[in-house]
Order: sequence, then structure tokens, then C-alpha cells
Amino acid sequence: MAYLVCDELKVGYDGKPVATGLSFAVNPGDLLCVIGENGAGKSTLVRTLLGLLEPIDGEVRFGDGLKPGEVGYLPQQGDVQRDFPASAWEIALSGCLVGLGRRPFFGKEERRVAAEALERVGAADLRDRPFSELSGGQQQRVLLARALCAASRLIVLDEPTTGLDPEASHALYELLDALRAGGMAIVAVTHDVREALGHATHVLVLDEPKPLFVTAAEYRSMPRGGAR
Amino acid sequence: MNVIETLAQYLSYPFVIYALIVGVLVALCSSLLGTTLVMKRLSYIGDGLSHVAFGAYAVAAVTGVTQNMLVIAPATVLAAVFLLRRGQSARVRGDAAIAMMSVAALAAGYLLMNVFGTQSNVSGDVCSTLFGSTSILTLTGLDVVMCMAMSIVVVGGFVLLYNRVFAVTFDEAFAQACGLPVDRYNLIIAIMIALVVVVGMNLVGALLLSALVVFPALSAMRVCGTFRSVTACSAVIGVVCALLGMIVSIVASTPVGSTIVVLDALCFGVFCAVGRLRRGGAQA
Repeated sequence: MAYLVCDELKVGYDGKPVATGLSFAVNPGDLLCVIGENGAGKSTLVRTLLGLLEPIDGEVRFGDGLKPGEVGYLPQQGDVQRDFPASAWEIALSGCLVGLGRRPFFGKEERRVAAEALERVGAADLRDRPFSELSGGQQQRVLLARALCAASRLIVLDEPTTGLDPEASHALYELLDALRAGGMAIVAVTHDVREALGHATHVLVLDEPKPLFVTAAEYRSMPRGGAR
Repeated sequence: MNVIETLAQYLSYPFVIYALIVGVLVALCSSLLGTTLVMKRLSYIGDGLSHVAFGAYAVAAVTGVTQNMLVIAPATVLAAVFLLRRGQSARVRGDAAIAMMSVAALAAGYLLMNVFGTQSNVSGDVCSTLFGSTSILTLTGLDVVMCMAMSIVVVGGFVLLYNRVFAVTFDEAFAQACGLPVDRYNLIIAIMIALVVVVGMNLVGALLLSALVVFPALSAMRVCGTFRSVTACSAVIGVVCALLGMIVSIVASTPVGSTIVVLDALCFGVFCAVGRLRRGGAQA
């Protein structure tokens, strides 16, 4: 059963639709790549999936025991304060707030989850480093660890490789492959189609007259596919 | 008479002890909240609110309300809530709203005191409210108790909500996606800063209040790398500068508010230099 199913979803702000007719499903182990021009509604879709925005029409259905709040999130570069005075550890740990309920402080379990998340993204050695002194790629890893603390099954990434050099962005996709191999489902909004396509299982194209949801193999075989 | 004797003599007066207690508590509260406010780009809210508090103070003085806190506190909290709501719906206009509100309140307050003022020395009165030079030495026991209550609420609230405040300060969208009631926490932060402003006016006065909020946090950020250490360091800087400033002002008969603020600024300079040396050393 799919973690996430959208059927004829219409997303937008203040009742004004930005993207319509979005139908797609995300299963465990999938990497769904969302591509489209600026203004096609990629970020609006992300905000809707995260529950920050109500869909105008249709609904976002979570399945397989996944609850609406259990979606990890890696925000767009620039949405995060790169100069923030905090250590990598503090930022990763803040992802555990989801499970904190009414308790004021983090306990042993949260610390274990956060340590494990930093380990999984290969940032265990950055633990005590100030976030502001990390490279772009290292910061993305720490933020990904935070997303993993918040959700263990489905994460949404908004432009994860923007601002990263090719090497760092390649390493990030390899990391996503490893997470998928563990059964995690990933939705990634991206400009960087060439790199993303090599790792995606499915593609959602937002700038067609009608949104297109195909497998990565189908997308590559399409006439315009390879050029984008 | 040497310095120690002068100090000992002053410390035997209860009003001096009151001033020291209130000063330290206000500095502690404002420097705790400072990091969050600076990182949320709300450094100016302290200034704006303190001007509103000044306006409310003028209204209380003119209408002859003896317990002027009853006017000042609700007005300031309301202003904080209003500014915060605006700030969220439209960032730029929220910024302009802070500027308009603070200038308007300042002008209206001065006008009221000038036209309807009952005391003979209006400009002296205004000056002490804006710069806090004398009112800290006229505190009553009740003022001290109120200040202690406020500090317990602010420090306790901050400690209990520390992890939430961190999340809301660092990344609101993520916190919201996690199901955190971000608006509610922003509101709580606004109310806490409003409370600090109301009490802090007595210490350094309305004009210099934002120094207490901004300087310790910025100084701490020069050297510390984690949120926890920045917050702790900021609190220590705030308290030490306030205490030292008050002692200097007693011994050297300088105005209390400006002495504290100048010390805070000097401290910032020192921390800047230390931070630069450290970073330079790390790179070499």
C-alpha cells in the first residue's frame, strides 16, 4: 500500500490554483522527482504535502499507517538561516520535537534517534561543529538528519542540491539511494533534472498542459525527456 | 572616602538593593530572549514596545493612575501581540508598523506630558523615563516583587519551552510541518518580551532598552557555536554588565542606564575581537 496518494489534487494560495490535476502515488522505496518551471507550483505542492497549506480541491491521502504529521522535510536553501548559532547536533535533535508531545525536554530515546540520524547521513563527525561553519553539502546532510528524526518513512526535499557543487550533490543522491534501499520513500522537487533522473523511480512533471506522472524509465524514453 | 566605603554605604540603603535586584533580573530576562529576537529579525521590537510603554506611562501619569503598571503592562502586551500578528501576515508592513507605532507612541506620550503634565519639571520627567536615570532608584518593595514574579514567568517559560523556542526560531516552516503550534509560541515570545520591556523601562529607560536585548546576544554569538552556549553566555554577559554598570554608576555618579549600555557595547567590542582572533587562529 502506498504511503501517499494524491488524486486530482488542486493546490494554490487563497483559493487561486497554481497547479491542478495532480494524481500520483508514492510507495515505500520510491524516489519521486517533481520537476517543472518556476511558478509551476512545485513549492506549493510541497507545502500542501507537508500540511502547511490546505488543498483547494482533492486530498492528500496517507496510507500504510502513515499519519499526516509524519513527513520529514528538507527546506529550500535560503529558507534556512545559514548563520544560525547552533551546533549540528542541536539542529538534528530539533527534528525529534514531533514525538515530544507535552514533555519539555528531550530524553534518551530522542538523543539516540538523533545520533543515529546523523550517523545515517554520514555527519556523525560534524556533531559538535557550529552549523554556520559547515559547507553547503554538510549543512544539507545535517538538515536531512533533522528530517529523518521527524519522519522515518517519508521525506520531502525542496531543491536539495541547489547551491551544492556537483560532487556534493552527487553524494547527496547516493545517500538518498541508500535511504530508499532501507524502504524510505522520498519526494524531491528539483531543477537539477539530469542528476536526479539517474536516481529517480518516478517523475511528476508540472509544466505540461496537464501534469504528467510517469516512471523514470518512461520519462527517459519520451521524445523531450533526455533533453531536460 | 574610598570606593569600597562609598559602595558599602550605598548598599546599606534598601532602594539600592532593590535597584540591583531588579537590574539583574531584567538583564537576565532580556538577554535570554535576545538570541531568539535577534535571529527572528525582531531586534527592533524591544525598542518599539518600550516606546509604546512610554506612551502608556504618559497616559498613566496624566490621568493620575498611581499604579501605572496597570496601564503600561496591558498596553505593551497588546502592542506586542498586534505587531506580531502583522509581522506574520506581511513582513515588510509589519516592519513599518513597528516604526510607526513606536514613533507615534513616543510623540503622543511627550505631547500628553507636556500639555497635561502636573509636575513642574516635565522635561526632566520625560528624560528620566527615556533614559531611566532616576526611576530605578525610586522602586518600591511592590515593584521588586512584581519584577521577581515577571522574571520567574519569563525564565521559567523560557527554560520549559527552550526546545520549542529553538525550533520556532531556527525554522518556522519545519516546526509547523512537525505539527508545532508556531503561532502560539510566537505569541508567547511576544508576551514575554512585552513583560520584560515593561519592567526594564525602569532600569535603562525606554530608549536604551533594546541594548539589553541586542548586545549580550550579539556578543555571545561572536564566540559561541551552539544555541545553548550562546543563550547561557548571553545571560551571563547581560547580568554581569548590568551589575557592573550599576556599581560604576553608584560609585562614579553616572547615569545608570547609559553606563550599563556603554558597558554592553564595550563588551561587544571585546567579544568581536576575541571571535576574530579565534577564527583567525583556527584557519591558520
